[in-house]
Amino acid sequence: MKKSLAAVFRKELIHIFRDKQSLFMVLTMPLMMLLLYGYAINLDMRGIEITVSDRSLSPRSGELIRHLEATEFFHVTVAGGGVSDVGDLFRSRRAQCVLEIPGDYADLLAAGKTAPLLLAIDASDPNGANFIGNYVARVVSLSFGERQGLFALEPRIFYNPDMRSAPFFVPGLIALILLLICALLTSIAIVREKETGSMEQLLVSPVRPWQIILGKVLPYTFLGFLDGLMILGAGRLLFRIPVEGSLLLVMAMMLIYVVTGLSLGMLVSTIASTQAVAMLATVSLTVLPSMLMSGFIFPVSSMPPLFQLVSRIIPATYFLEIIRGILLKGNSLADLYRPGGILLGLDGILILLSIRAFRIRLE
Amino acid sequence: MCNSRGEVVLEARNFSRSYGEVKAVREVSFSVLRGEIFGLIGPDGGGKTTLLRSLVSLLSIEKGELFFEGRSVAREPELVRRRIGYMPQRFSLYQDLTVEENLRFFGDLFDVDRKEAEGRIEELYGFSGLKPFSRRRAGALSGGMKQKLALSCMLVHSPRVIVLDEPTFGVDPVSRSEFWQILFRLREGGTTILVSTAYMDEAGLCDRVGLMYGGRILASDAPELLNSRFPRDLYGIRTGQPHLVLDALEESRLCGDCHLFGEGVHLTLEENRSPGEVEACLRERNLGWTFFGPVKPGIEDLFLLLMKGEGHGD
Repeated sequence: MKKSLAAVFRKELIHIFRDKQSLFMVLTMPLMMLLLYGYAINLDMRGIEITVSDRSLSPRSGELIRHLEATEFFHVTVAGGGVSDVGDLFRSRRAQCVLEIPGDYADLLAAGKTAPLLLAIDASDPNGANFIGNYVARVVSLSFGERQGLFALEPRIFYNPDMRSAPFFVPGLIALILLLICALLTSIAIVREKETGSMEQLLVSPVRPWQIILGKVLPYTFLGFLDGLMILGAGRLLFRIPVEGSLLLVMAMMLIYVVTGLSLGMLVSTIASTQAVAMLATVSLTVLPSMLMSGFIFPVSSMPPLFQLVSRIIPATYFLEIIRGILLKGNSLADLYRPGGILLGLDGILILLSIRAFRIRLE
Repeated sequence: MCNSRGEVVLEARNFSRSYGEVKAVREVSFSVLRGEIFGLIGPDGGGKTTLLRSLVSLLSIEKGELFFEGRSVAREPELVRRRIGYMPQRFSLYQDLTVEENLRFFGDLFDVDRKEAEGRIEELYGFSGLKPFSRRRAGALSGGMKQKLALSCMLVHSPRVIVLDEPTFGVDPVSRSEFWQILFRLREGGTTILVSTAYMDEAGLCDRVGLMYGGRILASDAPELLNSRFPRDLYGIRTGQPHLVLDALEESRLCGDCHLFGEGVHLTLEENRSPGEVEACLRERNLGWTFFGPVKPGIEDLFLLLMKGEGHGD
């Protein structure tokens, strides 16, 4: 009986290594996706066009402008003598924000009074507008030095002190890509045999559904794991992702997650009737939910309650918690046994469902 | 129908199977005896594949019963799958695996002891002549060799009963004849063989045949006995213009039944008509022939006759 399992396992290995074209795709596609998404999804803001309408033309206003110019965040254009139409600047995209320095700026400061600055922001990108507002406020308060109010709020940033977006996104990308690739790997594993007709021959033998399912999942586990290591390595090298926690723990969790993807694909494959349907279903089952509802970009806590419920059955939700926890915060197994256990449970459920859904007849 | 000298190995009792509205198999009863070659003969769409798939437990059973060595196929599909050898109509092996890898795979799948499998594979190479191609991928084999490989794969676990669905379909005549030689050798070794085919000329190679059309088995017996069931005298005309002769005869209303047959026409006469009248009819129309006279009816003649009787049944 065990020999049937070994037979399916060996046969699948031969399929994998003999189909060089697919093997090449499987090994390069995740890297390509990491590069594409990794460089495209970047919320770090840089080179914001700011126009300073300097009506003061004083050394004090010049000092403020120098402070703005000193950051990479802004690209400063000074309009000496003021800007007449802010709306025009925004419409023509020559500026994303305009800082208005009043004519009596230096005098008011000299008199120890509050000098009103006007900041106009193009908020068609609200997130960006928020950033700009905060940033200008920080620069201005720096420029005023200790002449500020009675107390100051001084934030300390943990885990990602430079607030780069890559350490946040790249682990998420790993979760997304790995799930997609693994699910795709197995999504055609069974339906292909239905389409080519070999299933008809395979079924008339003592082989049991669990042997077919496991015999197919196991060889792909190696491949999926290899893919996971590759994108983790590439993320470290290209995007300088930190690895604060145990690398071994990351790998162990990745193995569990790889099997989640593979068994999800397997379930699709046992149900689908053609390879095309299987692949389409797999892409829509993995990419969209993982991207939108796992906390990959948007935090789960700010979703409507219904979506929060849905996010709980998305494997990526748990792996995101795990991989961000280990890589950025240095979490140990004690912090992560819950999401890890849930993933392991999902693996079991998906595989059992695949075995149950496997049709031993041809209808 | 059940023959007393042999043990019944495969049996269908009032078996019916439909796909939605289409009735693929209708109330079929027949049995295959130990050690014989039983041929299911009939045109495509006659229900052969559905019947064979049902017998090897690949389809659920709707009506009637199927038995394998006396055990119900519906209740014990695992037993059937372990003991039977089945070769589907479509080439169903792994094209990217070599000949030897395919053979080994099926050996392991059926849990054949490795040593035993090695010996069996050598033996099968002897049968099939595939030894020189053992390292070639199955997808790169010719049609005839593919069929021999498929046959070999389902023989690795030495089943005593094998079911083959149109194994010689689309295979060149030489390979076809070689394939049948292998089947004869298997029969000598005591293997029971149920084979389907659309080639009428293969009927004579079977011990018994069932003529299948429209989901029914119209007649079933030894081929030579079936031939003697032909109820009337059959005449044959060999001619260079078979189509014109056929048209002329159909118009003349002299014949009970006439149909194209190879290089000529086969016909039976209406009652009280004589062969002379047929000759006169053809002469009148200036149609020549090289032979005209009584011929021995073959399976195809019987088949066409039975089809006409059954064809308008419903």
